[in-house]
Amino acid sequence: MKKSSDSPIILLLSRVISPYIMLFGLYVIFHGHYSPGGGFQGGTMLAASILLIRIAMEEKVYEMQFKKSFDIPLGALGVLIFFGVGLIAMLLGGNFLDHHFLPIDWLAPADVRFMGILFVEVGVGLAVMTILVAIYDNLLEDDDA
Amino acid sequence: MHWELELVLYVFLVIAALVSLYVKDLLTAVVSLSVFSYVLAMLFVSMGAIDVGFTEAVVGAGVTGVLFVVMIYKTSRRSND
Repeated sequence: MKKSSDSPIILLLSRVISPYIMLFGLYVIFHGHYSPGGGFQGGTMLAASILLIRIAMEEKVYEMQFKKSFDIPLGALGVLIFFGVGLIAMLLGGNFLDHHFLPIDWLAPADVRFMGILFVEVGVGLAVMTILVAIYDNLLEDDDA
Repeated sequence: MHWELELVLYVFLVIAALVSLYVKDLLTAVVSLSVFSYVLAMLFVSMGAIDVGFTEAVVGAGVTGVLFVVMIYKTSRRSND
């Protein structure tokens, strides 16, 4: 699976379809609070678009799209965003993930909650995407078997 | 509401599950399992659980199929011992 696919149809179709899957994944993440979907589903769709390129192309190409060494640090960053938003609200006097207490004073209270849940969704999506890609990369790591 | 449509979906569900259980070729089993997940997602949506159906379609028919195919490529049918 380290080699590129031979079929030009697979190469062209994966190259064309992958950005649209990624765009729809971003839509699902950013509209997660008032439509079906959310951070987990959107992150899984982003991971699917990256895995499509990883299956079809060779290693030199997909390393240019999303580096293998970025998997675990970005996943940790996603978890950090999720827990950071919760802990900021907790340190400022509310409960865990109580977005009303976030220090965004220049917005209306409804917009503060909106921004809080948006940050949480982005963190969850980032963590899910990178960990699913990391599972794929770890499966392919010792390829001489 | 449309019980005829749901009946067709249930028949496809059972057929896909039986094919993925009894077929010899592992790649066919993985594809049939993806079909099972997709039909199950449509059934969830028809029962009103859109969020569950969305998760099932994305995870079951998308990512686990990829991971299973990778695992088939990593293993061989007979052992070399």
